[in-house]
Amino acid sequence: MNAVAAPSPRQITWQRRRRALAAAWRDFRGHTPGMVGLIVLALIILMALAAPLIADESGLRAINTTENPTWASPSEFGPLGTDNFGRSVWTQFVWSARISLVVGLAATLIAMLIGSVVGIVAGFLGGIVGSILMRVTEWFLVIPFLPLAIVLAAILGPSILNIIIVIGITSWPSTARVICAQVLTLRERDYVERSRALGASNWHLMTRHVVPNVAPLILANTTLTVPVVILSEATLSFLGFGDPANLSWGTMLDQAFQFGAITQEAWWWFIPPGVGILLVALSFTLIGTALEEILDPRLKERG
Amino acid sequence: MSVRYVTRKVFGSLATLLFVICFNFFLFRIVSNDPVATLFRGRNLTDSQRDELTHQFGLDKSIWGQFVDYLEQTAQLNLGRSYQTNQPVWDEILDAAGPTIALVGVSAILSAVFGVMLGIAAAWRRRTKTDYTVTGFTMTTYSMPDFWLGMLLLLAFAVGLGWFPTGGIEDPASTATGLSKLADQAQHMFLPALTLTLAYLGEYAIVMRSSLLDTMREDYLVLARAKGLRDILVRNRHAVPNALLPVVALTAINFGFVLSGAIAVEAIFSWPGLGLASYEALQGPDLPMLQGMFLVFSAAVIFFNLLADLLYGYLDPRVRRA
Amino acid sequence: MSPEEHFLRVRDLHVTYAPRGAAIPAVRGVDLDLHPGETLGLAGESGCGKSSMAAALLRLLPKGTKVTGEVLLDGEDVLKMKPGRLRAVRWTDLAIVFQGALHTLNPVQRVGDQIGEAIRLHSKDGRVRVSTRVGELLELVGLPARRARDYPHELSGGQRQRVLIGLALACEPRLLVADEPTTALDVMVQAQVLRLLEDLQKEFGLGIIFITHDLSTLADLSDRIAVMYAGRIVEQGPAEQVFTHAAHPYTRALGAAFPVIGDPAFRMNPSGVPGDPPDPRFLPSGCPFHPRCSAAVDICPSTDVELWPAGEGRRAACVHVSGAPQTTSLRAGPSPAPRARRTP
Repeated sequence: MNAVAAPSPRQITWQRRRRALAAAWRDFRGHTPGMVGLIVLALIILMALAAPLIADESGLRAINTTENPTWASPSEFGPLGTDNFGRSVWTQFVWSARISLVVGLAATLIAMLIGSVVGIVAGFLGGIVGSILMRVTEWFLVIPFLPLAIVLAAILGPSILNIIIVIGITSWPSTARVICAQVLTLRERDYVERSRALGASNWHLMTRHVVPNVAPLILANTTLTVPVVILSEATLSFLGFGDPANLSWGTMLDQAFQFGAITQEAWWWFIPPGVGILLVALSFTLIGTALEEILDPRLKERG
Repeated sequence: MSVRYVTRKVFGSLATLLFVICFNFFLFRIVSNDPVATLFRGRNLTDSQRDELTHQFGLDKSIWGQFVDYLEQTAQLNLGRSYQTNQPVWDEILDAAGPTIALVGVSAILSAVFGVMLGIAAAWRRRTKTDYTVTGFTMTTYSMPDFWLGMLLLLAFAVGLGWFPTGGIEDPASTATGLSKLADQAQHMFLPALTLTLAYLGEYAIVMRSSLLDTMREDYLVLARAKGLRDILVRNRHAVPNALLPVVALTAINFGFVLSGAIAVEAIFSWPGLGLASYEALQGPDLPMLQGMFLVFSAAVIFFNLLADLLYGYLDPRVRRA
Repeated sequence: MSPEEHFLRVRDLHVTYAPRGAAIPAVRGVDLDLHPGETLGLAGESGCGKSSMAAALLRLLPKGTKVTGEVLLDGEDVLKMKPGRLRAVRWTDLAIVFQGALHTLNPVQRVGDQIGEAIRLHSKDGRVRVSTRVGELLELVGLPARRARDYPHELSGGQRQRVLIGLALACEPRLLVADEPTTALDVMVQAQVLRLLEDLQKEFGLGIIFITHDLSTLADLSDRIAVMYAGRIVEQGPAEQVFTHAAHPYTRALGAAFPVIGDPAFRMNPSGVPGDPPDPRFLPSGCPFHPRCSAAVDICPSTDVELWPAGEGRRAACVHVSGAPQTTSLRAGPSPAPRARRTP
């Protein structure tokens, strides 16, 4: 009788993948800047999740009561002072973190999904379909982001969902181009030819061979796209397209500027949101750079 | 550079420009398909008045008729009239273009020069303190919103220390002319230019560092050293020229994008350029202005992409003789 | 200087790479002598340390690499030279002919300028007409002078190799180190380049160290051959003898590793060297070749082999040569007979 059945091919593949993942994690742990980025990001996410606990949500709406003086500095009203309406800046900061993070991640996800699909299909199928897709991508790249995003935001109206959509559909082209180039090189590899000789369909080749091989590149690219998206959201919100009902760090900066925080020298109002954006963008950049080095050994070797 | 290469690139750019022009038209049709109502908001029009205005603006034609009109007008640089000022859009654009080109031009040059220098220093001494400091600094400036940096500088140097004015391109009360006027404008331009320079030099540094690191692994550097060249000369005469190629292309392309990306910074400093004009047009919304801006920004990007291609083709002998 | 005096004398050269704290010994104690007008062939598989050794002669290894020993050029130790003296000596006393791959030359500089740079760097006479000299050098190696205006990618592999030879001669060195100059070329072009080197050597009395993995090219060109394995020389002696009657099993295997087209006996019994060269960090005990050696015996893994005398002017690092008593073979089956590829 068989004591233990031999592992199926699928099980072997997953075992190998798990081992590769563990090795990659070990490599990542040794990469100091990457770990710093990860820790900082984790702290910020924790802060955002703990918002109801650390900052009373009603503080977002309180205006000009005796308890909430306007333009109070952090020494007068902690921890981060108040704005022109008397709202606590700290409360706004913590709650805006949620919006900024959600918009950043969601828009990135949309951009990556569209970009990856377009890139893989264009690179793999080639021919007419590929050329058309890449042409479209090139055209999109030529249109400057900000004007296009502004117009789209104006059409759709200011809301979180719309911002996510707008940034998502304006950010996918650069991903598509990178992925397409990578898939083009993969397509010529031997194992793809051999698979095809065995009778594999395009779908099988794409999902079983191409996708797992570009997955690391997609991951690294995604992580490095987040900072771009976050900065885009900040700029759009600053220009007035943010959702007034849902504060983000960008809308905080917009309001601070509009209501004269600079002339009032109310640094406590506009420095924290900027620092928040900076830290999140920087963390993702550090993590993304670490991932790139791990996944492409040549980068590690050359420094 | 072969004539074929140049013609190919130029035709490609023209095709893209055409696409953008058409795209522009349809995009703004979605935004508002009744300009008459927008234009005469708040004023009661009788039906016959409205019909006459509609006819006057050519809006009673079919969408294709309007499209043809639009193409004709664009070819003649007639981009309509601003809702807010009632001046021709093209004239407004020309007025605003000068300050933006000055600001963005100076910033682009400074950020390219300093960014490249930092990138070279970081790559040549990779994994030393110099490298880590430069990389850390550039990553940080590159991760912050450019307009936020502007706000910080405004607070510190204009409001706080009072060294620089808080906005505009010149002192409105001043009657200075000639050199002193230029000095006044330069003083006004200092902080916005510093903001843009700091915001963009990070990208140049990162790209130059990356490119130089790639170049440093090439065999011809060993040969150069073997000939007896000093280290500095190996770097400057052999490594850097090769590494600069992608950076040159990046510079040209960036210029086109920064032109449109400076909207927020111009808004912060009230710099009367294309960015501020766009910002104010957004308040309207002043649709003809926005449509014109969109076209100008896109055309700028296309133009500078073409310039980058041609420049790269000229500088890289491998492409030049293709 | 009389021809009997050594121009290049290498003693106990060790090269250890140290990337990120690891220690990779690429060269583990090499002695070499070279006279002007003499050609020394240096053979071995990739990874045996021959290119590292060549780079070490002019201190061209990456920063942080440990190089110890002596490299005496005309009595002066290169390894102890101050940077200024080293730069002056480079290319004027000893020049390297690199393999003519596309990126050996600067892709964005004309080849004439690259040769000119070497001339300008070392000319004491400010009035040297550089372009004339560049033209002369190109013609010397069989290329028309107007090719100076070309970029590297506009030349064929053989032409690039010639440019590199011309470049190496720019400052009239007495010593050339040719590192795999014919490896990437097809056979016809190979023969031309080898012929060129021979002619130049006769004309200028050059000393040449010719590095290759193809033992057969050395047979014709070299006066003496040294064979490297795992960072050490395992056999050296007069070229003819080393080639036809190798004393070391590795040399035998190297010489036999190239198929003789059309020889049915060879097809039925192809000998090459099984296995891969050892990782320098994990060398086998005793003789480093024993795991792949068809003539290995039981004392091989435990004997520290040295270059023992193996005839007139010959040495080999093999126990079979040292005269030690041999006992049982480590290998089942007979060892392949050495195949002579050419009659003397």
